[in-house]
Amino acid sequence: MNPLRAIGAASLRFLAATGRLTVFALSGVGHCIRPPIYPRLILRQMVDIGYYSLPVVGLTTLFAGMVLALQSYTGFARFSAEGAIPSVVVLSICRELSPVLAGLMIAGRIGAAMAAELGTMRVTEQVDALETLSTNPIKYLIAPRLLAGVTMLPFLVLIGDIMGVFGGFVVSVYKLGFNEQTYLINTWNFLEAQDVISGLVKASVFGFLVALMGCYHGFHSRGGAQGVGAATTNAVVSASILILIANYLITEMFFAT
Amino acid sequence: MTDATAQTPKIRLTNVHKRFGAKHVLQGFTLDVMPQESVVIIGGSGTGKSVMLKCILGLLTPDEGEIEIDGQPTVHLSNSDREAVNAKIGMLFQNAALFDSLSVWENVAFGLIQGKRMKRKAAKEIAIEKLAQVGLGADVGALSPAELSGGMRKRVGLARAIAGNPDIIFFDEPTTGLDPIMGHVIDDLIVKCVKEVGATAISITHDMPSARRIADRMAMLYKGAVIWNGPVAEIDRSGNDYVDQFINGSADGPIQMELRKL
Ligand SMILES: Nc1ncnc2c1ncn2[C@@H]1O[C@H](COP(=O)(O)OP(=O)(O)O)[C@@H](O)[C@H]1O
Ligand SMILES: [Mg+2]
Repeated sequence: MNPLRAIGAASLRFLAATGRLTVFALSGVGHCIRPPIYPRLILRQMVDIGYYSLPVVGLTTLFAGMVLALQSYTGFARFSAEGAIPSVVVLSICRELSPVLAGLMIAGRIGAAMAAELGTMRVTEQVDALETLSTNPIKYLIAPRLLAGVTMLPFLVLIGDIMGVFGGFVVSVYKLGFNEQTYLINTWNFLEAQDVISGLVKASVFGFLVALMGCYHGFHSRGGAQGVGAATTNAVVSASILILIANYLITEMFFAT
Repeated sequence: MTDATAQTPKIRLTNVHKRFGAKHVLQGFTLDVMPQESVVIIGGSGTGKSVMLKCILGLLTPDEGEIEIDGQPTVHLSNSDREAVNAKIGMLFQNAALFDSLSVWENVAFGLIQGKRMKRKAAKEIAIEKLAQVGLGADVGALSPAELSGGMRKRVGLARAIAGNPDIIFFDEPTTGLDPIMGHVIDDLIVKCVKEVGATAISITHDMPSARRIADRMAMLYKGAVIWNGPVAEIDRSGNDYVDQFINGSADGPIQMELRKL
């Protein structure tokens, strides 16, 4: 076997897949901004993503904030730098932990559900049926999910920011003996608008990626229940990886000097 | 003879080929369907009957060949032109393909609400009426498709296919899974759609009594091509061994001979 040939074939496959994904994403975005839009469907997706994910995102960020306070305390106490804890907690939560944790949780919760639902619709010919009923499946199925993903993740991350800071506050005040007011003042003084905004931008991008991966893999699944299972796995794995890559790139964009 | 050539066929498939990888499913499928004609396609399972319908609907793109609807070539239509063409067509899928996120009546009314932009209330009335035509009460309308039996799903699919009073209707195995009496009701409904509403129909079925009731013309599909095609009255004297074997459902004949060779 010629190794060059294998590498070439793999690169071609990769480029072809990237091209297909790009075309899919562009047509999905195109349908988001061209009428008719389906308010009912968009609303349902928004409730699914935004409202029903609140417990998951709230809990993960709450505990992330709590453990963050505890860990930084054990470290910072060695240098008598405990005073930095409020700022460490709020910056880590808003810039990194809340968006990334929320993104990964949503990838598992929503990306998988989207891939499974659309995959089932594909293999049971419901997608074909849409087309025969003069309804564009991209517009009817994909666009509402992309829109809901892009808009609802920032909302979840905002809630996550609050829960994370609250977690850090609870541990610091009730376990580590911080003064309540000093903690809150330090938190607020260190926070800059850019910290929150960068987190929300990340959230929007992650929401898009999760919805895109769920839709893409579900929409193109084939081969019955097994195919739908594979689509679900692929959606979660690819969304998670893309989230971590995008996280680095956006962080660099905002904070590299 | 002159009559048939003078009129444009409603649907014309010329030498259509479709492959899935190495599997050559349609191998030069050619068929003309005249306006207001009811054609029944018969043929063994897996010979490409459903694939043929999906090619006409543009859900699959043929590798070769031409498909015309009302004289207009449709293989390479733009999305919006395809939507306009498909608005004229109703399709009953083999497995009904009901939307399971919607209730039964919303399924039936889907094309009216989304495609024809009708008000929900008016569309619901039509949906209930169409459900009644396929023998389902208004109470069924509120159920979700998951709560229905296979035969009921099929009938809901049928109601959805005819809800928009389409010009062309495809029925993919309309009576499979129904009891004989309901099968008869559905046959009558199909005949009514064609005779009274003036639609053009292509039906696929394995059920020969049903085929005889609904067909003006029958075509037998074998190995991806039409091997016989003629008026329903002539099916019993087709002089074609494959057709004879298929309509008599006998185990002995050329079809099985070739299966054994594999
Ligand atoms: N989307 C598809 N991808 C690959 N093979 C397919 C696809 N659709 C149908 N086939 C194959 O085409 C053949 C004909 O299928 P079909 O038209 O459904 O048969 P039938 O005549 O029973 O309706 C089958 O062998 C099936 O496996
Ligand atoms: Mg079939």
